Amino acid sequence: MPANTEIIASVTPIIERWKDEEGPLLPILNGILRELGYVPREAIPVIADALNLTRADVYGVVSFYHDYRQEPPGRHVLKLCRAEACQALGGEAVAEKLQKLLGVRFGETSIDGSVTLEPVYCLGLCACGPSAMLDGEVIGRLDDDKVAEIAAEVRS
Amino acid sequence: MTLKIYIPRDSGAIALGANEVARALKAEIAARGLDARIIRNGSRGLYWLEPMMELETPAGRVAFGPVKPSDVPSILEHHLSSGGLPPHSLDLGRPEELPYLARQTRLTFARCGVIDPVSLEDYEAHGGLRGLRNALAMTPEQIVAEVTESGLRGRGGAGFPTGIKWKTVLEAAGPQKYIVCNADEGDSGTFADRMIMEGDPFVLIEGMIIAGIAVGATKGYIYLRSEYPHAEVTLNEAIGVARKAGLLGPSVLGSRYAFDLQVRMGAGAYVCGEETALLDSLEGKRGMVRAKPPLPAHVGFLGRPTVINNVISLASVPIILDRGAAFYRDFGMGRSRGTIPIQLAGNVKYGGLFEAAFGLTLGEIVDGIGGGTASGRPVRAVQVGGPLGAYFPRELFDTPFDYEAFAAKDGLIGHAGIVVFDDTVDMLKQARFAMEFCAVESCGKCTPCRIGSTRGVEVLDRLAQSIEPERQLEIVKDLCNTMKFGSLCALGGFTPYPVMSAITHFPEDFRPAPVRQAAE
Repeated sequence: MPANTEIIASVTPIIERWKDEEGPLLPILNGILRELGYVPREAIPVIADALNLTRADVYGVVSFYHDYRQEPPGRHVLKLCRAEACQALGGEAVAEKLQKLLGVRFGETSIDGSVTLEPVYCLGLCACGPSAMLDGEVIGRLDDDKVAEIAAEVRS
Repeated sequence: MTLKIYIPRDSGAIALGANEVARALKAEIAARGLDARIIRNGSRGLYWLEPMMELETPAGRVAFGPVKPSDVPSILEHHLSSGGLPPHSLDLGRPEELPYLARQTRLTFARCGVIDPVSLEDYEAHGGLRGLRNALAMTPEQIVAEVTESGLRGRGGAGFPTGIKWKTVLEAAGPQKYIVCNADEGDSGTFADRMIMEGDPFVLIEGMIIAGIAVGATKGYIYLRSEYPHAEVTLNEAIGVARKAGLLGPSVLGSRYAFDLQVRMGAGAYVCGEETALLDSLEGKRGMVRAKPPLPAHVGFLGRPTVINNVISLASVPIILDRGAAFYRDFGMGRSRGTIPIQLAGNVKYGGLFEAAFGLTLGEIVDGIGGGTASGRPVRAVQVGGPLGAYFPRELFDTPFDYEAFAAKDGLIGHAGIVVFDDTVDMLKQARFAMEFCAVESCGKCTPCRIGSTRGVEVLDRLAQSIEPERQLEIVKDLCNTMKFGSLCALGGFTPYPVMSAITHFPEDFRPAPVRQAAE
């Protein structure tokens, strides 16, 4: 985990970029998420100070949105769609298989730090499900082969 | 002459391997020393044929699909041989003549899959900006009247007349007004917003500029869900091009009107698709639903008058201003005017986007256009309108696709997504999921939604375990009633639709377990 000063050094330019815009908090948090992969607790007072908010205000926003992880993720982030259109195509079986192959449950990071598995409710790929997103890349029509490929890729 | 080859940049096509095909194509072009250009277009929305590759020939475009990287050399070989070879197995002929496309009425999606999404020249060459040019010659009142007369209703799901919303903002006083585009397309089974943002972003930009001129707003925001990173890239590219061309900025196409816009990303909260929660989120707060009134038209973003419209509503405006209100209004039925991009999803053979005038029956859509299930098993249920939409059984397949007709059957069109399930579906599980989803996504502001959904999951779990089943069913119905009438917004208010429709139309799935097992 990066030290406090490193975190502040990486979030400061993001805050500077957005603080004078209308509604700057989400763009700042999104920027931090992109940069660090999570929103560290240490960033919260820095943001609060810059936007003239309380730390509770900022923490309230961080904790509201599913995207804002508060712990560093694994080297890979796998999001699997769990919504109805993917359910209709056997998404539940894919979810079971992936959890078993990766040795993690939804919301967890594997012990070796290779992968974080997260649920997502719709990637808009509903005519080519079951679908997933691996490190930002979309994958459709998941079957046993593709699931095995994903598992091999995150382990390598 | 440079050969133009089209491969979609649409995320659906990418999920099925379009990028790999494009890479193979690039290598093949280089290896053969061809004079060819790869254009990354949007998708035409025939997802069982994606990745679909199109080659421009003197006789028009020819489509091939679904293409794997290994098919690329033989397709090029075929094209260059200029006859003599037997037809290629993936040759689909002229894309416009594919029955699935030929049967559609493409107004909003006319250019999607046809043009280079980030080429303003392409956009103009295919009829783009004509609506805006007409609007620039009109008064704001005239523009609003045109949109009102077209009969356009909010395509996000609520179906509120767009023109009336605009009129309210036009008449509201404020130092700064805003156009906010709701691109938080969170409903499972829907992807029309994504497709248009990735395939024809200028039509959305043009629609927002027209809205700005109509109501006196100079700033716009597109609130885009974070699950759509490819749409973000395409939109920002298009906005950059639009600024450079003077379409956005202090003087729109040299006129006295200023308009500029920004894309803002959400952070994975379904409830932010609700317009007031979206505004709170855009302001940088938790996405909590606001009580109405005051309406966003009066007290919207940062407390100022705001038009908040869905992507498809705004993207339908240019054609209305181009061809006139009467042209658009002439499509459709009853009070549902114009066209609607129907999205066929889930376990369906021909999944994709089908834009048509309102009025097709559900059966025509699911069986006729969708071709039944992908698994080949019988269709048992279809959910229309996302996670808050009702499940329809085959018995209701004669329902026409129309806001009022669906409401009369205790359902809703929503954002026009249709998710097909075959006969392996367990409707008790689907009802439980509806409650669970509501519990996960509730903003927590009102009790019926926050607590009701959690209790709903527990009660349905007890039902599944056959603990006093009759009693549980009664509790669920009572809970649904409370949620429907006591919730602040559609999340808690509409979750009863999937739950109650499942119980009403598929009662056999809600019988006690021993009975269910014996029946199997």
